[in-house]
Amino acid sequence: MKNRYLEPLIEATIFLSGLIVILFVVLIFVFLLRESIVFFTNQNLLEVLSGKDWYPISDPPRFGFLPLIMGSLFVTLGAIVIAVPLSMAAAIYISEVSPRRFKNILKTGIELLAAIPSVVLGFIGIVALSPFIKNIFNLPSGLSALTGSIMLAFMAMPTIVSIIEDAITSVPRSYKEGALALGATHWQTIRRVILPAAFPGIIAAVMLGIGRVIGETMVVLMITGNAAIMPTSILQPVRTLTATVASEMGEVIHGSQHYYALYGIGLVLFVITFFVNLTADIFLHRKRYR
Amino acid sequence: MVNLGEAWTEKFMEENPSVAIAVTGGGSGTGIAALINKTTDIAMTSREMEEKEIKLANENGVYPVEINVANDGIAIVVSPQNPISKLTLKQLSDIFSGKITNWKEVGGEDTRIVALSRDRNSGTHVFFLENVVKLGNKKNKEEFAKDVLMMPSSQAIVEEVAGNSEAIGYIGLGYLNQRLKSIAVAKDDASPFILPGEESVTNGSYPIARGLYLYADRNPGMDARNFIDFALSKEGQQIVKQMDFVPLKKI
Repeated sequence: MKNRYLEPLIEATIFLSGLIVILFVVLIFVFLLRESIVFFTNQNLLEVLSGKDWYPISDPPRFGFLPLIMGSLFVTLGAIVIAVPLSMAAAIYISEVSPRRFKNILKTGIELLAAIPSVVLGFIGIVALSPFIKNIFNLPSGLSALTGSIMLAFMAMPTIVSIIEDAITSVPRSYKEGALALGATHWQTIRRVILPAAFPGIIAAVMLGIGRVIGETMVVLMITGNAAIMPTSILQPVRTLTATVASEMGEVIHGSQHYYALYGIGLVLFVITFFVNLTADIFLHRKRYR
Repeated sequence: MVNLGEAWTEKFMEENPSVAIAVTGGGSGTGIAALINKTTDIAMTSREMEEKEIKLANENGVYPVEINVANDGIAIVVSPQNPISKLTLKQLSDIFSGKITNWKEVGGEDTRIVALSRDRNSGTHVFFLENVVKLGNKKNKEEFAKDVLMMPSSQAIVEEVAGNSEAIGYIGLGYLNQRLKSIAVAKDDASPFILPGEESVTNGSYPIARGLYLYADRNPGMDARNFIDFALSKEGQQIVKQMDFVPLKKI
């Protein structure tokens, strides 16, 4: 008797919780849109997105998003180029090569990396990595896109490793057995059979890694130098979208164009991460239904 | 400046246990925004309120009154290994706006200059931009050069300058230490070069100094009024000195 009422109630509660989360996402989007619409109606959208000068507190102010977008792209690309090969190797080792008793130690160890607060990574970046980068490349300052990329790669790796590892593990056992039965070596099986089968999962992992990196704020604020130049090399300092919002929000004059411009940056960032996550989702689902 | 506010608050609450004051940081703009939105009684700032902000406050029924409570000098710092020891305001402006990019142009070694600035969330950034980069002339079109590194805190500037002989940065007097060398600054070619210090800031001879302010509504509550009086009292000014800012009058 009791169960007949209890169960639908629990179901309804869970359903409602799901709806509320979606509602929050929609509300955040509406809020961003409402605040930034003031900015985009007063400025030419094309000029903003292609403008190369970010001088928000000058007279007249210049709101060019391009250096900031480029900054975010440079740091993110650098981080992904560093993180993906390492993560792939780690994931293949954990799921295919490592002895069973190491497997759990390795997995836990890598996941522990995600537990390090980003401000701690930023601090390590300032005192240890930045002088090192400065000396190696003989730079004017170690605060550069590369420094940020390396630190962000550490932050993205746990996500990427565990999703690739899942993807490899969920390749049907029969594929592997079939390949080995045909006389393929273990390495040939991994390269020709398992990796191609896990490919959609790998792409999803990379996309989620990108999503993780592009939204990160504290590390880039601390170690990328924050100069709003148009970067031509990864060894130059950059100013990212996130660092700009974080550092300028505190001092912005309320209700000014600059204030709304920061919401505009937030909107650009939201759109980018939305599409990155969407791509990841499409690949994850494709894998599931095949 | 948050540290100063906290030190005042601690002492004030010790003497007036019935009053509870919460201090929040975030920059001058944060405090002013809170005053405009009536979420704070007193805003602590290192710059004067802008006309636009005063207008916004008035529209919300807040009529801010400015009280100068302390002064602060901004020191120009380089690494002790850098032979340069004096610069004019014009030279500083040229360095930070990117017109001078090599130390030899101001009499130093033949190495590039790495200019470090606080980020735009800092009242110090705005002050430096207006009074040094633009040389105090609002119509001046000079800006920070794009490749000036924007550091998130004064401590970050200290760390970078101490470890980089090509770097130059600016910080509040309170952040000066043995690992940095401060530069003597002259207002123009005809003026003497003055080192930053408590005395040169108080008597106005050091050219890069600023006021620190409290803003409150013209009808503040009793507690807010008492707090402002406390900040201006001898005891409050003593705390200003302890926190490495410069008191209004010599104590």
